Amino acid sequence: MIKTFPGGIHPPQYKSLTAEKSVETLPLPQKVFIPLGQYTGAAATPTVSVGDKVKTGEKIGESNAFVSAPVHAAISGKVTAISMHPHPVVGREEAIVIEREGDEWVELRGHSSYEILTPGEIREIVRSAGIVGLGGAGFPTAVKISPQKQIDTFILNGAECEPYISADYRLMVENAEEIVTGMKILMHALGVNKGYIAIEDNKPQAMREMEKASSSEPGIKVVLLRTKYPQGSEKQLIKAILNREVPSGGLPPDVGVVVNNAATAKACADAVLLGKPLIERVVTVAGPNVVEPKNIRVRIGTPFKDLIEFCGGTVETITKLVAGGPLMGVAQYSLQTPVIKGTCGIIVFSSKDVPDFRPSECIRCGFCVDVCPMGLLPGELATYIEKEQWDECEKSGLSDCMECGSCAYICPAKRQIVQLIKYGKAKIAAVGKKGLLGEGFSLT
Amino acid sequence: MREQKFIVSPAPHLSSGVTVNKIMWSVSLALLPAIVGAVYFFGVKVLQIIGVSILSAIITEAIILWLRKKPVAISDGSAFLTGLLLALNLPQDIPLWLPALGSAFAISVVKQTFGGLGHNIFNPALGGRVFLLLSYSRYMTTGWATPRAGIISIDGITSATPLTAWLDANRTLSDPNAAENVKVLASQHLNDLHSSDTLLRLFTGNIGGCIGETAALLLIIGAIFLLVKGIISWHIPLSFLGSLAVFAWLLWIPGASKPFHGNVLFHIFSGGAILGAFFMATDMVTSPMTGEGKIIFGLGCGFLTAIIRLYAGYPEGVSFAILLMNAATPMIDRYAKPRRYGNA
Repeated sequence: MIKTFPGGIHPPQYKSLTAEKSVETLPLPQKVFIPLGQYTGAAATPTVSVGDKVKTGEKIGESNAFVSAPVHAAISGKVTAISMHPHPVVGREEAIVIEREGDEWVELRGHSSYEILTPGEIREIVRSAGIVGLGGAGFPTAVKISPQKQIDTFILNGAECEPYISADYRLMVENAEEIVTGMKILMHALGVNKGYIAIEDNKPQAMREMEKASSSEPGIKVVLLRTKYPQGSEKQLIKAILNREVPSGGLPPDVGVVVNNAATAKACADAVLLGKPLIERVVTVAGPNVVEPKNIRVRIGTPFKDLIEFCGGTVETITKLVAGGPLMGVAQYSLQTPVIKGTCGIIVFSSKDVPDFRPSECIRCGFCVDVCPMGLLPGELATYIEKEQWDECEKSGLSDCMECGSCAYICPAKRQIVQLIKYGKAKIAAVGKKGLLGEGFSLT
Repeated sequence: MREQKFIVSPAPHLSSGVTVNKIMWSVSLALLPAIVGAVYFFGVKVLQIIGVSILSAIITEAIILWLRKKPVAISDGSAFLTGLLLALNLPQDIPLWLPALGSAFAISVVKQTFGGLGHNIFNPALGGRVFLLLSYSRYMTTGWATPRAGIISIDGITSATPLTAWLDANRTLSDPNAAENVKVLASQHLNDLHSSDTLLRLFTGNIGGCIGETAALLLIIGAIFLLVKGIISWHIPLSFLGSLAVFAWLLWIPGASKPFHGNVLFHIFSGGAILGAFFMATDMVTSPMTGEGKIIFGLGCGFLTAIIRLYAGYPEGVSFAILLMNAATPMIDRYAKPRRYGNA
């Protein structure tokens, strides 16, 4: 049976541009820019100085904070600067710049089997390998597999519901064994024996490969999900597969579940069995303005420019450059922006792909209500924010919004619904609830 | 690969092709079969009425938007649609100043005084229609020509709508002072109205009525188009017609009919029920936003239509029913909210 969640949208997939193209490896870049913060959590502090020589895989920054992950040199060479640089998510951030000299690796020490390791040892390996969620949000994986709650189910997220993106799909087709091994490692660390591999029904080949790779595992089952955005969201996966709802303000462990992305699982297998830190990932470079869209295995820190050039450049002048998928990704201002651990795609648009929709008045069609996977009234929330009715925002569940953007996608009046919601949340976070709801407060 | 300044706007970076313009023009397009049918049954005069009504709506909208210093967005098709829907709700034998006045009222008073598209509480076309009905009853209730393809004859009056004839017959039957032979005649007329012959003519449009509400079949063709395109959902039409069917069946007129004996198909296919359920009650601006709310709205529309048809002075209740439920929409929206994820 094909499972799904209530709400959601069916945007054009555009996956055929890259889905059947094997992953190609980008020649080593001359220069990488490795941001010190690449994930949810505290940014790392450099452990190297300008002028130091580093080897590929060497740790170059770390933090003592619980929610953090170290960063590693993605190429070997010389640290030439530690300075502010464009960052795909936060705009600008301090980055360690390495200029390449050869490709000399640190000595990798893997384990022949994961079964001999304790959960604590696995967590330590995953942590020191710098592994974070590769689906986009970049939450440190070691933290994810150290839950304080009782976990009974593990879900491997292979939904990949964003249009254009096929990086996880290729990985599932080409590296199914490693992904399943990674999944078993994560389940071992969590002490669970029930696992689901979640794949949308537009990826039958990935389903076959993953079924083959997991056929000897009685605890692991492949579940087919209806192709629908945002199926890859944790809360929607849990709803679709287990019919459980993560409570408002809670996390998946609150309902006994941990969700990890397929690429993350492979990174964990590589870390445990090969001793390899997270220094590369697969990125889909696509969009209507790329000459030859590709799936590319690339070292972390490689500027977007190198990847786009590897795809034959662009057809026309770039008007919009997006890191991530087109529905939740972040628009970039520079081609020098580097690939970070969470960068699953680079989407390139020309001016004709960026329609100039002027928002008009809401006609109360209710489409945003139909598609909201969280059961909110998105249009109404946007209106409350426009009118600065912060108390109404709180009552109407503003904080439950996960910003998937289905509302803004579907809106016939082209209202910037999710954009207003993001603004409203940022405003509340910046000023604090008390400040906004207090008397005489003005937003200006 | 030239580098220039990129557009940096928040996600999403894709947008569905659905626009307000497309929705409005699609609804107008869906009414095309009914318009063609009206021309076939009543002649080209209906095109004059439709044209005048639309023109008046657009001109009024343009003037008021200009006065309000708003962009004159008449290309969004909403004023066009209001003019068209109003025309389809008028009898065909009326002076042309009537649709002009009705549309001007619909746009100026019913729509723009509340703030224009998206803010009006009442369906503008229905507001315009009821304004004309109350102010110019003489034209609005006697302007029925019979379609040239056929005549319905009740008491020698050839220009009644089926619902008027139905009400007259029921009134006669429930009148204790009516002569016995008149009652026999009335009862015969009722049987005629409920006959499969009449029902078929109601379905195919070969019968008297407003310009746009004669042929159920032609309206349903347009409605299917809108359902398939996702512009309307099934909630309102189904609950509206469903509750109309149930109440028309179980309610009775003392002295004239018995409970649980009402003719369901007659009530669904006569008057403005089909036009109202698929094209007027589904107006996004004036109906609830959630599926649950839409069902409540539709149930109310059907119930009120049945009550007005059976017990009120007017033979037809669809317009009043929808307008009353329009007024209830903000309240329905307040309570019929979707269930929020993770808020058990």
